[in-house]
Parts: sequence; C-alpha cells; structure tokens
Amino acid sequence: MVSMTAPQVAPVESPDVEEESAEERPWVTIVWNDPVNLMSYVTWVFQKLFGYSRDKAEKLMLDVHHKGKAVVSSGARELMEHDASRLHTYGLWATVDHR
Amino acid sequence: MFHREGRYCVASFAPDEVRVLRKVATEVVGLLTDGFDHDDPVVERLFPDIYPEDARNSADFRRYTEGDLKTSKIDQAGAVLAGLPSATGGDVRLDAESAEAWLRALNDARLAMGVRLGIDHDTQLEEELDEAVLRDPTSSRVFQLSVYAYLGYLQESLLNALIDRE
Repeated sequence: MVSMTAPQVAPVESPDVEEESAEERPWVTIVWNDPVNLMSYVTWVFQKLFGYSRDKAEKLMLDVHHKGKAVVSSGARELMEHDASRLHTYGLWATVDHR
Repeated sequence: MFHREGRYCVASFAPDEVRVLRKVATEVVGLLTDGFDHDDPVVERLFPDIYPEDARNSADFRRYTEGDLKTSKIDQAGAVLAGLPSATGGDVRLDAESAEAWLRALNDARLAMGVRLGIDHDTQLEEELDEAVLRDPTSSRVFQLSVYAYLGYLQESLLNALIDRE
C-alpha cells in the first residue's frame, strides 16, 4: 500500500534547498464527484484500495460528495499514477496533481 | 437482489433480468472493443485524463496504461457474462473475487448508461422516470432509465452482501 504520510519538509531560506524541496513537493491523487457512483461503493473502494478504516473512507467519500473532490492519497508521482489507474479500474474519476 | 450465504453472495435472477444483464454487459464489451472511440463521452468517462490540464502527459500516460485498463474492464464485464445463469433464469453464487469483478462491471455499465441518459447531479431518478412514462411509456428512455435504476439497486445489494461478514 502507498504510504499516506506526506513528507514533512521544513521551510528553509537557502535558495538551493528551496529548489530541491519544490521538486520533492508531494503529488496527490484526487477523486472527483460524479453523479453515478454510489456513496457506499465509493467508501468501499477507498477501504479496499488504500486500506483506510471505514470512518476515514466515509469521511473522504463525503468530502468528494460535498466539496466536489478530495485528495485520497499523496506521495511520489509514480505511486499516484498507479493509484489513479487502480481507481479507474473501479470506475472512480481520479486525476493526479501537485499539492 | 443479492444476499449472503456463507462465503457467497447469492441472487436469483428471472429470465428478464438475465436478458437485461447480458445485454448491458455485452454493450460494455462492445464499446471497449470494436466500438472503442476516444471521442465517445462514455469512453472519456471510463478512461479519464489523468492530468486534466496537461494533454501531453495525459496522452503519454494513456499510451502506457490504456491497454491494461481496457483489459480489466473487458474481463470484469466478462465475469458477469460468464456468471449469469441460462436464459430461463436461475441462481448466481459469487465468491468474494467474482463479487468484486461484478461490482466493478455493474459500475462500468451504470457509468456508461449514466452518460447516455444525461444523468447529472440534479437528476432525481424517480421523477425522471415518471416524466418519461408520461411522455411515452413504451419509449426506449423509459426502458433505459428503469434498467439504470435496477443496476443501481443490484450493485448496492451485492456490495451489502459482500461486506456482510456475519
């Protein structure tokens, strides 16, 4: 499973390090609201694919439902692309972005 | 509708239901194979751009992954076709793996129908169906809307049966 903890990069002044930290900004997988997917199904998919507790999965589903989208995972770009692909297999509308 | 029996999700299907499920699963396979067209809004929904504001990276990603995604979706629709009873109806018994394939396949079928029917966030399915019946009870839209509603109930019942660990 993908690690869910975003790297904690302390703010720094040095331009060199800043550049590096920009490259290390985590990527995120976003799930968008759509009018067809069942709320119960979306919750189940989050539990299934990410190993989230029912509470956490349900909260994410409600975020998608009420806010139109939610970040469901974060980390390296390749991992986010992999997550989005898996979500597409389940019919969720997922995209990848920089946080 | 599905219920749980031991480790299986079980449902009994009437001939009409078998016919409808065979039809929608076959249509999904059709639009993923011979009828595959990137300009089809259904295909756009089932295969979303991964970078909505970056067409080039989306296309690159699609080049590497679309084949696998298409294969998964054909396989899951195939799991429904393979699991259905004969045209005279009968029981379906799904283990967890098959139940998950059916859930994904039913979802794909609903997404495809949802796009074709113009389902949006304001759609009230029952009202939509009532209106369509008033206009013409024999119309294809009435049939499609009722199939769409049926698939939603079926998917929900299968999910409930699957997560019922008792």
